[in-house]
Amino acid sequence: MERDNHQEGEAQGVKICDPPSERKPPDTLATSLSLLGNHMFPDPVERNNSTTDKEEPADLHLSDVTAQEQSLDAEPPSNQVKKLETEEAENSECQSNESAETTDRGAEDAADRVTEDAAAVDNDQSDSGEFVVTMLAKAKLEEQGIGVKGRSSPLLEAGTQESPAFMSHRDEDVTADSWRQHRKHVFVLSEAGKPIYSRYGSEEALSSTMGVMMALVSFVQSGDNIIRSVYSEQHTVVFLQKGPLVLVCVSSSRQSEQQLRGELLYVYYQIISMLTQASISRIFEHKKNYDLRRLLAGSEKILDGLLNLVDSDPSFLLAAIHCLPLASSLRDSLSQILQKAITPNLVFSILIAKNQLLTIVQEKTVIEDTRLEPADVHLLLNLIGASSAFQAGEIWTPICLPLFNPDCYFYAYISYLDPPECTVCLLLLSTDKEAFYAVAECKRKIEEAMVAQNSLSLIAKAQSYSVSQVGVSDLRHFMYKPFDVPDNYRQLSQFTSPEMEAPYSSEEEKMRLLDLYRYMHSRIHSTSRPLKLIYHVAERETLLAWVTSKFELYTCFSPLVTKACAITAITKLLRWIKKEEDRLFIRYPPKYSTTPNPSKSSRGGKSDQQDSTDNGFLSLL
Amino acid sequence: NISFHGGESPKGTLRVKMVLLGSSGVGKSSLALRFGKDEFRSTTPTVGCAYLTRVVHLSDVTLRFEIWDTAGQEKYHSVTPLYYRGAHAALLVYDISKRETFIRAQVWLKELEKQYTPGSTVMWLVGNKGDLAQDRQVSVQEGQALANDRDLSFTETSALAGDQVSELLIYKKAVLGLIESPDLTKETFGNKGPKFKDGPHIYH
Ligand SMILES: Nc1nc2c(ncn2[C@@H]2O[C@H](COP(=O)(O)OP(=O)(O)OP(=O)(O)O)[C@@H](O)[C@H]2O)c(=O)[nH]1
Ligand SMILES: [Mg+2]
Repeated sequence: MERDNHQEGEAQGVKICDPPSERKPPDTLATSLSLLGNHMFPDPVERNNSTTDKEEPADLHLSDVTAQEQSLDAEPPSNQVKKLETEEAENSECQSNESAETTDRGAEDAADRVTEDAAAVDNDQSDSGEFVVTMLAKAKLEEQGIGVKGRSSPLLEAGTQESPAFMSHRDEDVTADSWRQHRKHVFVLSEAGKPIYSRYGSEEALSSTMGVMMALVSFVQSGDNIIRSVYSEQHTVVFLQKGPLVLVCVSSSRQSEQQLRGELLYVYYQIISMLTQASISRIFEHKKNYDLRRLLAGSEKILDGLLNLVDSDPSFLLAAIHCLPLASSLRDSLSQILQKAITPNLVFSILIAKNQLLTIVQEKTVIEDTRLEPADVHLLLNLIGASSAFQAGEIWTPICLPLFNPDCYFYAYISYLDPPECTVCLLLLSTDKEAFYAVAECKRKIEEAMVAQNSLSLIAKAQSYSVSQVGVSDLRHFMYKPFDVPDNYRQLSQFTSPEMEAPYSSEEEKMRLLDLYRYMHSRIHSTSRPLKLIYHVAERETLLAWVTSKFELYTCFSPLVTKACAITAITKLLRWIKKEEDRLFIRYPPKYSTTPNPSKSSRGGKSDQQDSTDNGFLSLL
Repeated sequence: NISFHGGESPKGTLRVKMVLLGSSGVGKSSLALRFGKDEFRSTTPTVGCAYLTRVVHLSDVTLRFEIWDTAGQEKYHSVTPLYYRGAHAALLVYDISKRETFIRAQVWLKELEKQYTPGSTVMWLVGNKGDLAQDRQVSVQEGQALANDRDLSFTETSALAGDQVSELLIYKKAVLGLIESPDLTKETFGNKGPKFKDGPHIYH
């Protein structure tokens, strides 16, 4: 309970930073919702206030506990022990409370206190629209006073629904309980309230639900506020508006609002990676009522795949790349092969095995301007993973790296080097759309060199490692993200982590451990009260999360580990990582120079690519 | 309009650029897979464009088909000209069980006609999914009539059933249309038709 009270406390902490004097009288909102057909609005007004009042500063003493830093080579005990000792107060508190905690009841109980009487409404839900409305109504609205002016009410424009030629494959019954019980729903809609994407169920069946969401968003906007999140006892609803798109997450996963918003941002970026921000803006400037599903038809699988990865792969949570452990000599030789196979306007050469990065070589001048963000690499990996079509031959496709430049396309050459197994994939990104043959020639050279050096069979032997190799008993799993990699400011953020092994081999247990990590992460990165060190005794394991200026570390131990043991273990672990870091990380990302005219392919050089964004989409309107 | 590979390629290799066009889901990638590997597998929508090569050895000439299997999804339409430019053969594919794909094919045709001078490209109208006769929405006559009207060749195929004859026919006639020397044509195809070597040749 302690644990979940913390969570609750944090959530409330976030809310509290807004003055309780809402710009929009809440009863008007209630009226508005009831006009939308929700006759069950349970009057959230009083509860809003009471919730706000309930914020308890629980364990504020924690925030200064571990402000000091620890160097990586950790000659620790004295220093470290002291820190952990300081935590003791909280820990014992945690222990006593958390051992009493039965699975996940805590938060629900806490929330129940907040919204008890609203819970009865659940039984009356008869369609998905009401599901959302009820949730929204039951909960407290958080508004933020950032002005969004000069927008007409999108409600007025939510016109009739045209169905696109290519229909979505989803045929889940959106009125069924099973639909409601999904752990995390994600919806994307246009400002005009048109459905664009739904993770479960067809967008069409959900159009009224999305209409309600948009009504809510626009209603709050009309008061110059932005709706950010809504909490109920079981769900967190998070809104994210990006340009003309509105993304909504309805989650029962207990993640923090910040984390959920980060996930929505990934969804947005994946859409941008296919269409570019510039063309989306232009489309909606020309026609507010445009049905974007026309342009996203066939890409639902890519978004589905992304959301599954976001749930199951901690790379997204940590915003870092997980590269495949590889002897540094082999990684270097692969990098050199890529470095030699170049052609003008080639910007990135990326080698992937088993969906993990082997190496990446970058164009010098381009990377001087800007660094490659992990999120862009995640989107690329997801795109490759989501399409079996890549196995058919060589792919040449426009693709936008939204964090690199949201308005321009790269041209990606994608080909597997080991058919028919198709586990080793080469990705070459050029700024020149006409460069297919030249880039394909690079691939041929790379292939030849790899045959000469027998690289493929060496790569095939590479694999992730077991935590047992660290040689620390009681340590079950960890995630380590260094900040001190050489050349850091031009470097990709990376992390290392062993395979998840017993007792985390089943899907459920894996997810449970990830949820614990997400919880630790949300506390470490809490906006209201960030922490440096958390020692968390859960029912079936003990976790320790620690962030310094040099690294971020999450560890999972067997439940009965003593604190002294955990400290010694972490010291050993840090030593082991230090010893292995050449194998675990891409240490010095190699570069090449391929840009005859640097301005052409650098971040600002749009001349070459701009026509491809202009061309076409507008003519479809 | 056939380019002879110079330099590295052996003399007598004809490079034939062939592009597959049509709405998403009509079976372009499935047809390409038939051409390339003579198999039928489940596919996912193509991203951008897939490039495959297929080398066909005839008695005295080697044809290297460079197949550009374009994505039918609307978001890629703006880049499709990148792929069909300079094609020797264009296969315009529709799904006989989906009328809108036939209508869409006519839109494609208009666009192609703007790009090509008559005679420089052999164009085929291909009604795919011939095996779905029970769901047919476009009759053979309609397909044939459109083809006649626009001076295209026409055939119905099934990538699923692997209607080998039809596939070979596409190859043969596409090539026949391209090879201008009547002698070569006659000698090449005689009565036996082209002989295919095993497997696809992805890059040499
Ligand atoms: N019954 C039947 N199904 C087919 C045939 N050809 C393809 N399909 C199916 O139609 C669907 C789409 O096939 P694809 O080959 O991926 O279609 P495409 O034209 O390449 O689609 P895009 O890449 O999106 O443009 C797949 O499920 C295929 O299995 C056929 O001849 N008969
Ligand atoms: Mg395809």
